Amino acid sequence: MSEPSSDLATHGRVLVVDDDAALAEMLSIVLRQEGFDSRTVARGDDALEAFRGYKPDVVLLDLMLPGRDGIDVCKEIRGESGVPIVMLTAKGDTVDVVVGLESGADDYVVKPFKPKELIARIRARVRRHDGPEVEQQESLTIGEVHIDVDGHVVTRGVEPIALTPLEFDLLVCLARKPWQVFTREMLLEQVWGYRHAADTRLVNVHVQRLRSKVERDAEHPEVVVTVRGVGYKAGRA
Amino acid sequence: MRPSLRRALTFWRRSIQARVVVSTLVLSTVVITAVGWYLLRQTRDGLLENRVDSVLAESATEVRDAEVALAGAGTESDESKQLRELAEPLITRGETRGYGVVLAGPVDDRRRAADGVASFTPGLDLDRSIPASLEARLATVGAPLAWTYTHVEADDSADIPSGPGIVVGAQIQLPADGRTYAVYFLYPLDEQEETLGLVTQGLLTAAVVLLLLVAGLAWLVTRQVVTPVRLARRVAERLAAGRLQERLRVTGEDDLARLATSFNQMASNLQRQIRQLEELSRVQRRFVSDVSHELRTPLTTVRMAGDVLHDARGRFDPGTARAAELLQTELDRFETLLADLLEISRFDAGAAVLDVEELDLGDIVRRVVESTRPLAEQRGVRVAVVDADRPCLAEGDPRRVERVVRNLLTNAIDHAEVGGRDPGVVVLLGSDENAAAVAVRDYGVGLEPGESAMVFNRFWRSDPARARTSGGTGLGLSIALEDTHLHGGWLQAWGRPRRGAQFRLTLPRHAGGSLRRSPLPLEPADAESRHADEVLR
Repeated sequence: MSEPSSDLATHGRVLVVDDDAALAEMLSIVLRQEGFDSRTVARGDDALEAFRGYKPDVVLLDLMLPGRDGIDVCKEIRGESGVPIVMLTAKGDTVDVVVGLESGADDYVVKPFKPKELIARIRARVRRHDGPEVEQQESLTIGEVHIDVDGHVVTRGVEPIALTPLEFDLLVCLARKPWQVFTREMLLEQVWGYRHAADTRLVNVHVQRLRSKVERDAEHPEVVVTVRGVGYKAGRA
Repeated sequence: MRPSLRRALTFWRRSIQARVVVSTLVLSTVVITAVGWYLLRQTRDGLLENRVDSVLAESATEVRDAEVALAGAGTESDESKQLRELAEPLITRGETRGYGVVLAGPVDDRRRAADGVASFTPGLDLDRSIPASLEARLATVGAPLAWTYTHVEADDSADIPSGPGIVVGAQIQLPADGRTYAVYFLYPLDEQEETLGLVTQGLLTAAVVLLLLVAGLAWLVTRQVVTPVRLARRVAERLAAGRLQERLRVTGEDDLARLATSFNQMASNLQRQIRQLEELSRVQRRFVSDVSHELRTPLTTVRMAGDVLHDARGRFDPGTARAAELLQTELDRFETLLADLLEISRFDAGAAVLDVEELDLGDIVRRVVESTRPLAEQRGVRVAVVDADRPCLAEGDPRRVERVVRNLLTNAIDHAEVGGRDPGVVVLLGSDENAAAVAVRDYGVGLEPGESAMVFNRFWRSDPARARTSGGTGLGLSIALEDTHLHGGWLQAWGRPRRGAQFRLTLPRHAGGSLRRSPLPLEPADAESRHADEVLR
């Protein structure tokens, strides 16, 4: 574990979980150049402890780790925090990506990635995570689901639903314009903040995850409705 | 043809059992008929021969008795009285024994028996019962005993029945007038006829029973053979459908059991080999995945280091700065090459999967044209898109289809003639109800004869000495072809030396559908030559 940079004027703190020492060090160098504070962990079983101690704004997580699998680490962190998790994967195969996303990651980059691409994604996640909130009372309703935008609280009836910030953003984005059908590309731009079309599988997996939390029956969704051949829209209020 | 008839014909074609049973039945019928006919003939001949022998003996005895009686009667001079005395006992005995007697004559009168009749068993139709040929043989005095078959005609008052019979003719000399008279004995064959009828009936019954037996046997025997064959067929079908654990049950040690054993052995071997192949494929995939991981992580580090150096090159001396630039561009190439190699090995391992959705080739083409614009501008080539009048819809994996189109387009831009005709590259779109197609035409160096098949080979280059501009890996078209095959589509090339080339991608309208023709011609309309080069499917 390396000591966090002493530079106080950071854009945010990044926890790097990767067993490859050279890559981890290189990541730290690039992150420091871009104004991020970082700490690296080489083992999967040390990751959770480091996470608790360091309280990062973003976690960069390799999938293949000694000690504990990246997928498990991802689930553990997701179990106690909604912090943005970006997976670093060496496998571009659909199955691996989907498994990673389903375990709770917000985004992924495939090795070998361009440093600028990685930084752009980290920035997008950090900005979303503690971006300025709208200073007005806003509450939205889709179907039986009620959203208190300021309080970051989603409820069905009286029962609260725990959503990650990304899932929350996705739901709010759909709920704010219930009349509009969002294509996957539109959602990538508005929720993830990606200008150029990244992988639309991101959207598919996150919609599935969101549905598993907010829908009564994920097989017959009523809150997030698929518009065949186009994209998604909010269900009727 | 009527459906019922067609069904019957299908059954006939498909069922060995039916064919064997029917052909056995036909052959047996022929044989049994021949044998039956021969038996009947033999029986009839035997019966008649017997009867003829006995009636001849009886007739001869009668005649002799009558002659003895006549001789013992002394010197009676009234010939009609003597005739009556001769006829009466004969007729009486005939009535009791069941035969008819006709006394006619005298023979030298040259009259028909019916006309010159002296006396006969009542009720007989003499003219039809006694054949003229027999009368002719008795017409001369001193003729021996003669017989023939006849048809006895009698009315209801007669004691003998009508029907086939034997007529025996003899001559008797009457002492009263010294002339010779003819005596005919008519023996009916009704008993023999009845016997023959019984035998015929017996034989027919036996034939029918035998035929049924033969048919039943044939059915049973073929069933014993056909049932295991049918079972084997069913198991083979299941094996073919991929249920490799299916086996035939082996009972006994006969030929069928051995067939089943061999079949099972074959299935086991197949299963083992398929398992091995699957295992190999799994190992290969595993290897690809490992290599991918192992290569990618250090490459990422190098990549990032290169980027850091590249960003800082302003502070380096010119030589080092150039080195940082070269490092950067070559890393790009290395990365593309690695990605392409991994993609190819994924195809080879059969690990490539399709994410099928409805897509419009037009959208993809416009997107790719947009993204390749920098390259086209750098080469000074304008790309024109000729749209179809309707959307080019197909079901496919958008990522892969886009990759194919991008490959074709960068390839075309790469090979287009610089400063040549405008536009230097034309993209054509076409669709019909079964397929969607995109063709990319360039007006560059074109292809030599035979090269249109080779362009899809890995690392193939038309001219090894040619400068590489877009930095293609040499795997682009191979990957494109694999991607196309994954969709069940066609990727074909046409080319003529110095007249350019055209690559055409055809995708079925629906995933899993089959292609019969492409909505676009492979040979471009502006091709000057008539015949297309070889076609790759």
